[in-house]
Amino acid sequence: MRKTLALVALAAVCVLPGCATTGGRADDPFEAGNRVMFQINEPLVEYVAKPVAEVYTTIVPSFMRTAVTNYVNNIDDLFSIVNDALQGKWDKMGNDMGRVMINTGFGFGGLIDIASEAGIPRGMEDFGQTFGYWGIPQGPYLFIPLWGPTTVRDGTGSILRLLWSPTNEIPNVAARNVVYGLVTVNETPGVVDAWKLVDQAALDRYTFVRRAYLQRREYLVHDGKPPPEKDE
Amino acid sequence: MKLLRNLAGVVFAFVAVSAMAQEAPDALVKRVSQEVLGIIKSDPKVQAGDQARIREVVETKLLPYFDFERLTALAMGRNWRQASPEQQKQLVDQFRALLVRTYSGALTQYRDQTMDYKPLRADANATEVTVRTEVVRQGQAPVPIDYSMAKGSGWKVYDVIVGGVSLVTNYRDEFNEQIKSGGIDGLIKTLQAKNQSPK
Repeated sequence: MRKTLALVALAAVCVLPGCATTGGRADDPFEAGNRVMFQINEPLVEYVAKPVAEVYTTIVPSFMRTAVTNYVNNIDDLFSIVNDALQGKWDKMGNDMGRVMINTGFGFGGLIDIASEAGIPRGMEDFGQTFGYWGIPQGPYLFIPLWGPTTVRDGTGSILRLLWSPTNEIPNVAARNVVYGLVTVNETPGVVDAWKLVDQAALDRYTFVRRAYLQRREYLVHDGKPPPEKDE
Repeated sequence: MKLLRNLAGVVFAFVAVSAMAQEAPDALVKRVSQEVLGIIKSDPKVQAGDQARIREVVETKLLPYFDFERLTALAMGRNWRQASPEQQKQLVDQFRALLVRTYSGALTQYRDQTMDYKPLRADANATEVTVRTEVVRQGQAPVPIDYSMAKGSGWKVYDVIVGGVSLVTNYRDEFNEQIKSGGIDGLIKTLQAKNQSPK
């Protein structure tokens, strides 16, 4: 499973430039190809994500959905420890270590987020941010169907996150697949809500999503204090 | 006696107005957001999802504190000076309408969330400040919302930054793209069409 996943992700990153045409913006050289991917994504949101989200929120009670979210967040916090360290952010690292220990130990393997109740904030550092901190440029913007907006830098980070996820180590194949499925389905309601907002706000949904994503990542890389935007 | 009472009323009104004008920007954000969220939570029409009522709340309670002229000019960037006064007026009107729609839509989804207000770090006689707030939702990461505000006759918002995503910056790309393909009139047409679409 982990190999397939990695292959699919890598293929997506490597093949996309193939459908690129020349010209366009510096941050989105593959715009033409990305727009095709964006088009492919539309029916997937409409006819897959929306119904799945509806069924999921109807049959799975909210406390269980929160538990799945907490499980994913706990693994993110684990990776955050690594990325805090790689960026020398020791305060955040302390917080994240405390969070993972408390939530894994007393919150049934991360299903309950006791640490947030106790007021320990999440560091929320990922590999993409670490690369950015080290001065690696974001690289071309990419839009991947069902995955969403990313960049070569952030996408590489996400692949590492997938490859090294503790979920991959669950010995029972059936149980592991159930977790993969739950974690994926659990994302859909949030995704659907986000698309609703984009529908309402955007003149061109592609441009809107791209700018919002790149702004958000820039903000995260700089811990909420991005350098001022150059006003053309 | 009657005259005196009238006079007292006038004086009171005057004092109230000037107190408003001198209201600190963070106090203003807190007062207005609490008022709007209070209505959203308690008004039966809003609760029932009455779009017209929600828009009315946004129009009357929120919009007076937004500087749409400046917001639009910033989103237009260097294209703003190329627009005629008539085009500028249309752009401001249409952009305003779009934001009212979007904001009303977003407020409809508002449930069980609370606002946190961060202490204002600014000089006492500053004319530009950023007011920082956070929307806190049960079981989810808090979303920071910053308001860029400038002082004129009173404090007004000219940009909203949600989780690091600036409204003005986001629309600057959108506007640029529309202007590149259809000129400023093309952008106005797109905005009009968007505002008239049923969604």
